[in-house]
Amino acid sequence: MSMRFVDEYRSGEVAKRLAAEIEELAEPGRHYKVMEVCGGHTHSIYQHGVEDLLPPEVELVHGPGCPVCVIPMGRQDDAIAIAERPEVIFTTFGDMMRVPASNGSLLDAKSRGADVRMVYSPLDALKIARDNPDRQVVFFAIGFETTTPSTAITLLRARAEGIRNFSLFANHVTIIPAIRAILDSPDLRLDGFIGPGHVATVIGTRPFRFIARDWQRPVVVSGFEPLDVLQGVHMVLSQLRDGRYEIENQYSRVVRDAGNPAAMKAIGETMELRTTFEWRGLGFISQSALKLRPEFADWDAEVLYEVPGVRVADPKACQCGEVLKGVIKPWECKVFGTACTPEHPIGTCMVSSEGACAAYYNYGRHAGRRRREEAPVPA
Amino acid sequence: MSDRPARTEEEVLDAIERRRRRPVRKLLDDRITLSHGAGGKASRTLVEALFLAELRNPLLEALGDSAVFQASSNGAAGPRLAFSTDSSVVKPLFFPGGNIGELAVNGTVNDIAMSGARPLVLSAGFILEEGFPVADLQRVVASMAAAARVAGVAVVTGDTKVVERGKADGMYINTAGIGVMERDLDLSPAAVRAGDRVLVSGTIGDHGTAVMIARGDLELEVDLESDTAPLAEITAVLLDAVGDDVRCLRDPTRGGLATVLAELALETELSIMIDEPSLPIAPAVHGACEILGLYPLYIANEGKLAAIVAPEAAETALAALRSHPLGRDAAIVAEVREEPPGLVLLRTGIGGSRVVDMLAGDPLPRIC
Repeated sequence: MSMRFVDEYRSGEVAKRLAAEIEELAEPGRHYKVMEVCGGHTHSIYQHGVEDLLPPEVELVHGPGCPVCVIPMGRQDDAIAIAERPEVIFTTFGDMMRVPASNGSLLDAKSRGADVRMVYSPLDALKIARDNPDRQVVFFAIGFETTTPSTAITLLRARAEGIRNFSLFANHVTIIPAIRAILDSPDLRLDGFIGPGHVATVIGTRPFRFIARDWQRPVVVSGFEPLDVLQGVHMVLSQLRDGRYEIENQYSRVVRDAGNPAAMKAIGETMELRTTFEWRGLGFISQSALKLRPEFADWDAEVLYEVPGVRVADPKACQCGEVLKGVIKPWECKVFGTACTPEHPIGTCMVSSEGACAAYYNYGRHAGRRRREEAPVPA
Repeated sequence: MSDRPARTEEEVLDAIERRRRRPVRKLLDDRITLSHGAGGKASRTLVEALFLAELRNPLLEALGDSAVFQASSNGAAGPRLAFSTDSSVVKPLFFPGGNIGELAVNGTVNDIAMSGARPLVLSAGFILEEGFPVADLQRVVASMAAAARVAGVAVVTGDTKVVERGKADGMYINTAGIGVMERDLDLSPAAVRAGDRVLVSGTIGDHGTAVMIARGDLELEVDLESDTAPLAEITAVLLDAVGDDVRCLRDPTRGGLATVLAELALETELSIMIDEPSLPIAPAVHGACEILGLYPLYIANEGKLAAIVAPEAAETALAALRSHPLGRDAAIVAEVREEPPGLVLLRTGIGGSRVVDMLAGDPLPRIC
């Protein structure tokens, strides 16, 4: 397996060149707030120290596109209720295991005896179902349009193979309503967006057009390597300099303007919009999430199992909502780094590796100081 | 905007650093979770707040890879000895590049070697599952014998227990071992100074990645072997070359190189700056980790050492490591600095920087 294609997008030389050009584009005295919508971008920005290469005029604001972060506490309680049923093998992505619910996390439920297993894909969960015909295997389906197709395809395969001991607890959300909620929010003035490259792989670039048309803000759909992000910022600033508001595609090596019709078809075949869905910190957003179509009721954990289904308020101290909307920086949250740490998280943003708080805590903690500590790299 | 917190970013960061550096006194969890075995923050809390609190003594307090003490008999001083133990619960028992038997021997041998001692004797305790194939046990024990021969140690005492079917996942092995200090050395974090260089003896993350892939849950096919190997010989080569200038040795197993360096930074109240492009990472490990969202710095090694060496001896130390077959890919990867105290930073390939801390969760359970 060659990783040269990754290293190409991490070149220090190219980064330096891009950084110098961004500095030239930035008008002195003007403050640019650019939101990276996707948690994958947030993670990459901190993992590679991208902010170190940006001039002080350019501020990156972290957006709501962290799939783990937006799942509200009530749904996590429901997940744990299903996981604690003796006949169930509950499968989930690793990050969800540590998300705190009303009575501990899935990891805590596991230590109390629940059969909770980490998987990397819903197809792994389906395999567990095949291998354990006398157990009920439930997959905790979360994520934006990026992960929805793999859930849809798994579901279609389960039906085709007649696997009846497999079901989905569907919590898939859609990114556009969340971006609308942020644009509607009076708390925040944004100058432009780094658009979510993986989501756009599926839905294409067209659904983002309203941002340019109705809000006069540039959107650059970007990839996830540090050079992708830098180039995305470069393209946003170029648009602002020229007074243009367009949807541009930095990630054209992967993203087609029309998206992936086959993936969209699989989603449409298996899922439909919910009237409304609760997002952590953002509240209820209408038509912002998907549920299984009635013809897939036999694979729908919400139909098969009784769950509390109660809306649970976030802990009072938790400001995940403001962090997710980009209204406050992670360190501005009252409990950041004190009551809420990666070891003992209160909010989801501190759990997920794509959460702004975890990324800032784990990687970016030195951010405020490092600029004055520009010593040479070790020999 | 009156509800904005009054704290500045600087104050928030200072408060976090103060908290991190406070000794851990209380275990907040009600039950043991897999995180407690992951070698990261939860492991450290368990060890300090429970094991150390109950069993406290000056030798244990050092929390080194092994305890080093002076043997004495009838008032006459004997040799200085190093004593250590290691348990292997790896799943699967057989993986590319090794099996649980080699891991059990090398684990204790390496813990002893990191004190600068020459490993002499081992014990082996077997916990076997009812129904376990004798042929597999034979293979494991034959591997232990071979590993012991390579490491120059003898397994001189042992114990066997059998548990019911369904327990112990086939087998667990515990080993303990004694080594003798033949050099007048006191390798310890206390000797580390600003300016020192950090060397690793080869590519990082091989073992954890190989075992993870060997489980076959990922349907990922990668040509990769565990690096399990005894480090006694390469350690001796290093100490022969620059013995007095080696400050401290570590065996970056669970939690990987990142965890070892984060612990060192906390213990020494110094900073460590890692140069990311210098880190030796096998292309297959790099690729697999990219796909899985893991970082090789946090992944276990079973045949690598990290050496903190005086700056003037760094090049000689590097040449010494590279002269040994286990050290062909050795590299200087980091520098110790004064500021910011207690923190490991990493200079990324694009010229940015970030913090490298211990992990809170468990990326890969049961890899050793």
